[in-house]
Amino acid sequence: MSAIFKREFKSYFINMSGALFISVLLLFTGIFVTAVNLLGQFAAFEYALENVIIVFLLIVPILSMKSIAEDKRARTDTLLYSLPLRLSSIVMGKYLAMLAVFLIPSGIMALYPLLLSQFGAVNFATAYASLFGFVLLGAALIALCMFMSSLTESQVIAAVIGFASVLLLYFIHAIADMIPSTPAVSLACFLVLAILAALILYHLTKNIAVSAIIGGVLAVLVLVLFVVSPSIFEGAFPSLLNAFALFQRYYDFTYGIFNLKDVLFYLSFTAFFLFLTGKSLDKKRWA
Amino acid sequence: MIQVKNLTKKYGDCFALNDVSFDIERGKIYGFLGPNGAGKSTTMNIITGCLSATSGSVTVDGKDIFDRPLEAKRKIGYLPELPPLYTEMTPAEYLAFVAHAKGVSYEDAPRSIRKVMEQTGISHVADKLIRNLSKGYRQRVGIAQALLGDPEVILLDEPTVGLDPKQILEIRELIRELGKTKTVILSSHILAEIRATCDHILILSHGRLVANDSIEALEQSAMADISLTLAVRGTYKDVSDILESIEGVLGIAAACDEPEDGICRLVLDIDMENDPRDAIFYALAEHKMPIVELSMHHATLEDIFLALTSDEVPGEEEIETAESETEEYTPVFAVQADEPIEQTEEADQ
Repeated sequence: MSAIFKREFKSYFINMSGALFISVLLLFTGIFVTAVNLLGQFAAFEYALENVIIVFLLIVPILSMKSIAEDKRARTDTLLYSLPLRLSSIVMGKYLAMLAVFLIPSGIMALYPLLLSQFGAVNFATAYASLFGFVLLGAALIALCMFMSSLTESQVIAAVIGFASVLLLYFIHAIADMIPSTPAVSLACFLVLAILAALILYHLTKNIAVSAIIGGVLAVLVLVLFVVSPSIFEGAFPSLLNAFALFQRYYDFTYGIFNLKDVLFYLSFTAFFLFLTGKSLDKKRWA
Repeated sequence: MIQVKNLTKKYGDCFALNDVSFDIERGKIYGFLGPNGAGKSTTMNIITGCLSATSGSVTVDGKDIFDRPLEAKRKIGYLPELPPLYTEMTPAEYLAFVAHAKGVSYEDAPRSIRKVMEQTGISHVADKLIRNLSKGYRQRVGIAQALLGDPEVILLDEPTVGLDPKQILEIRELIRELGKTKTVILSSHILAEIRATCDHILILSHGRLVANDSIEALEQSAMADISLTLAVRGTYKDVSDILESIEGVLGIAAACDEPEDGICRLVLDIDMENDPRDAIFYALAEHKMPIVELSMHHATLEDIFLALTSDEVPGEEEIETAESETEEYTPVFAVQADEPIEQTEEADQ
């Protein structure tokens, strides 16, 4: 794993994407700190940080677009498979390299509260908890975009689908609010989800029978559940969407609420996409 | 060293490999031969653990590649069809990465990297970016990568494709050198190349193993198959009547039914134990039918290869293998088939 980590980490500074990531993140942190803290005469770093997270939309897909897609395009994935390495160490090596790149600006950002404390009263607990949440959010998004990169050979496509999915997560709270909370609407949405699941499964396995059966079973399950107790469908779909409101959860940290549930959510979101990335790499071998 | 048992690989409904079994012994150079899409790369990818098999097993020195992949992979060095290089690195950096990933210890790494660079002749380009190297040097960096970690078996998938004639000779020399200490398996769709470097030959065709023998044995069996091409002034009926009565003529393999300018052309299977050439000459002379052409033809490895591989799917493959007699030039113009082509060819069946 350390070999992969070392190579990947270096590669982010050879092709500039790492340097770009770090400088854009620090630039916008600087701008928001100037606007909120310096011009606003307000020493709470978390309010600046709260604005910085929008930068993730752009820079995380750019950082992680090449992580796996580039190996596939250059056929270096064959080398990785033929080396005596576990698939999990390949995925972890690549992921940790991106995380390490992300931790560099985060470390620099950790100096801001110290700096601000020279000029006003800083609540260090809130400031550093927010930064911790910021790192967790970034780590989760990097895992998501790495998975997107594993789906394609093209870095551009990886960046675009990465951007689209991060954008979706950014707006998912607003979308959830738009959806009426009547049981019927939730039912319809869940049925659409069942069809989508079948389509994705078909794309992955190319097995029409299995996909149709699983999609059908899911749909029937949802319908049966609806007939038995329609009340649980009351607002069910919006709350499902809200469960994925990654950015929304982050505001808890900035309000000074350190909720272990949120930490676990980010960690499991990250773990889930790392797992999917591993599966996606394995799938190529088992095609 | 390597046991391959009943290996089958299916893509959808088409077989890329169909029940292939063979053993690789220590210390020999093996050649996988077959037209494009025959399953050479697929077999190599499965042996090295880069691809799964639908069924069957591969064990490397007793370690199953699917059950104990790490131990098995440590014994294998692999150069895939396209050298898997990180072009933004220099060969020295790249080899340091591979050595690290292969678990070469920190103290040994510089020495073994120097050794493989000398073996493959890339020491003087060690600090140039791989992106700027020529194809021949990239290929060598790929081979150097396979040699790192001192694996017992080296697999090289079409190591000379796209190289110029001088580079081809150099790579062949290198392969022979490697064969003295290691087991080497290389693949090619060019017979001359396999003949020039390998001890043992495995011919694949449409995913099946159709021949598995030493070069000498295959050549011997080819030599036994002798035919005589004959052009005689006379009608086919007269000529064939006379020839069939001669001892040593086993039969008429082919004939041109329409004699042009009164000349009849035939191909005879003959028995060399009982050389009938003199008898044919006297018999035809007696009947005033002059022989205008007579030539003897030994079947070559080429013929065997063509016969084994060109049974079902006609087309490019035969043309390519036919070209391979001029060994210097073919590889340069050889067409590489990618995976999708392989599949469509299978689908055609």
